[in-house]
Amino acid sequence: MKMLSIPLLAALLTLPAGASAADDADLRALRDEVARMRETYEARIDALEKRLLDAEAKSASAAAVATQAGTMAAAPPAAPSGANAFNPNVSLILSGQYGNLSRDPAGYRITGFHLPGGPLGDITPQRGFSLAESELAISANVDTLFYGAAHFAIHPDNTLSTEEAFVQTTALPSGLTLKAGRYFSGIGYLNEQHAHAWDFVDAPLAYQAFLGGQFNNDGLQLRWLAPTDTFLEIGAELGRGANYPGTGRNKNGSGASALYAHLGGDVGDSHSWRAGLSLLTTSPQDRQWDDIDTAGAGVSNRFSGSSRLWIADGVWKWAPRGNANSTNFKLQGEYLRRIEDGNLTYDTQAASLGTATGSYAARQSGWYLQGIYQFTPYWRVGLRSERLSNGSVDYGANNARLLRPDYAPQRNALMFDYNPSEFSRIRLQLAQDKSREGITDNQIFLQYQMSLGAHGAHKF
Amino acid sequence: MFNRSIKLTLALTLGAIALPSFAALNILACEPEWGALAQELGGDKVSVYNATTAFQDPHHVQAKPSLLARARNADLVICTGSQLEIGWLPILQQQAGNPKIQTGQPGNFEASRFVRMLEIPGSVDRSLGDVHPGGNPHIQTDPRNIGLVAEALAKRLAEIDPANVAHYQSSYKAFAERWKAAVSNWEKQAAPLRGMNIVVHHKAFAYLENWLGLQEVAALEPKPGVEPTSAHLAEVLAQLQRQPAKTVIRAAYSDGRGSDWLAERAGIPAIVLPFTVGGSERAKDLFGLFDDTIQKLLSALK
Repeated sequence: MKMLSIPLLAALLTLPAGASAADDADLRALRDEVARMRETYEARIDALEKRLLDAEAKSASAAAVATQAGTMAAAPPAAPSGANAFNPNVSLILSGQYGNLSRDPAGYRITGFHLPGGPLGDITPQRGFSLAESELAISANVDTLFYGAAHFAIHPDNTLSTEEAFVQTTALPSGLTLKAGRYFSGIGYLNEQHAHAWDFVDAPLAYQAFLGGQFNNDGLQLRWLAPTDTFLEIGAELGRGANYPGTGRNKNGSGASALYAHLGGDVGDSHSWRAGLSLLTTSPQDRQWDDIDTAGAGVSNRFSGSSRLWIADGVWKWAPRGNANSTNFKLQGEYLRRIEDGNLTYDTQAASLGTATGSYAARQSGWYLQGIYQFTPYWRVGLRSERLSNGSVDYGANNARLLRPDYAPQRNALMFDYNPSEFSRIRLQLAQDKSREGITDNQIFLQYQMSLGAHGAHKF
Repeated sequence: MFNRSIKLTLALTLGAIALPSFAALNILACEPEWGALAQELGGDKVSVYNATTAFQDPHHVQAKPSLLARARNADLVICTGSQLEIGWLPILQQQAGNPKIQTGQPGNFEASRFVRMLEIPGSVDRSLGDVHPGGNPHIQTDPRNIGLVAEALAKRLAEIDPANVAHYQSSYKAFAERWKAAVSNWEKQAAPLRGMNIVVHHKAFAYLENWLGLQEVAALEPKPGVEPTSAHLAEVLAQLQRQPAKTVIRAAYSDGRGSDWLAERAGIPAIVLPFTVGGSERAKDLFGLFDDTIQKLLSALK
């Protein structure tokens, strides 16, 4: 550009000089004018030169980057800008089902297991079409120290519940993670998983009988992962314990504590496993439930005391060479044993033989074992077998007033599901439910579960 | 005495569980190509564990207990990024109790940040299949990308482990020279492949196609991540009548049924590319990976 500009300026300078007829004053004025013009042009030329140099430098570096990348196209895309860029991950689970039950679910009860009205309503199977639980999940890193997540369940009766809403640390060293808020307790294997990640329409009987389906807690959770190549995790929780088997309470301190350890690893490329042992301790105060007494009357009873639930869990997964896309198999089982001691008040409403308080000591247990086999991409078949044991139940002074059925509730279920993608599932479940003494309920469920929004990451 | 026996038991138990090595920099590589690259650059200064093998689909891996244990002890995780590991890496980050590997920390290295991404979708919708908003994540099929990632990784290793800066610099320099020579050699060998029509199983080879000038005429998956259907395979077969291809290629971890079906009917070879280190007998390291890839592709021309 400089090469072109100099002759141009020279021409401008020589042109007026050639007009010799003009007088000196005019000539001076013209020269001044030209001098001003030259100054202006030079300044502009300098500016242009600078811009040219900058542009050349930029394009050279861009070309270098492009050459390195092996192609001559645009640089990597810029990160999204604007306030929306910080929006958290949002996902929504949509689920609905159709249930065909051979027996009327009205008054559903697991024989020998005393569930309060709330959890009992949650586990009672539904007939006909119903919307299952829709779940809205929102999560993101809060800052460099914390991660936060909330899961809201929208129930078919248009009520909303907070399944989880917690913050957890991401910056504690040495394998430590601290969580605060409401969370699904880390006890057992299935408890921490959301319903849409279950392999069957319903939770196992043992989870229904001992945890009302699933146990969440308001409190603190501390986990420690050992610095070993074999997975060893130890967790401890302190919390309110307001949910069954605990009760709401008006007290300082903790109403529920949990302790658990998990061990896991791989065997070759094709097998992986995890096993665990957990203890959940709650102290229910006036936990109330409805029952039928020895006189055949409907009574309301309540229990106060201590409740300890032990869970032994194990899961083993197989996929050829660790590639689960075509075929894979999962075997999963848990054994739960609950020990409750305290006082039981019989017939609190004095509706039958009159209110009476006595001691209560119960040792009950249950297990389930299930296998899920994906035999071809997208298609899985699963079988679940489960059984509860009434073990020993001692009502003390109330032994003559309350029934102590010697009955082992059981249920078997077969399921098929079709998973066209990671985000959708359609499931058929056939079950024979003998959780009520003397009643065999043949159940057919058809269910869909779909997720939209952010790509979820699932636990093992 | 009692105390001593407890200590002994504890020591034996911990010994049996096998403590990781503390001397070297612990690296968890999400895919074997990054593990191999870290080993090239780190040598004996690093201890590398690969989260996946060449026979696993890195989209669909679970946050297994073994991976959590390795993530717990990692000084550095090296992943492709671009949402390839979105189904499992976030769980490792949340549950491993390891601040070093959190997003944004030096101990979290995303290879796809250092290369130019291809196939960045204009819009994302799940009806389009398994699309990645950041672009096609299978960047390792172009060796020039490996070169770019190597440079960035060498810098990162030096940042995390400043005591061994000289080692990482010199091993990068040596690797970069060998790699440059190897790339130009591969390009010479692969010259006859330019313009060759291919069918792919999954859209996993965009970078390889871009590098060697291969023409992808069809994919067996009707949408990315959706297994081939018989209807779609028939369409591809019909398309090949009009627009013939030399071969149908797939990664070592892909199911072979679709490409074998098509290969038989279209009378073209089905080629299994190693896709990453360990994906074939010859793909023992990064050099072997591309030696084998080029040789296998050239066999389609015979």
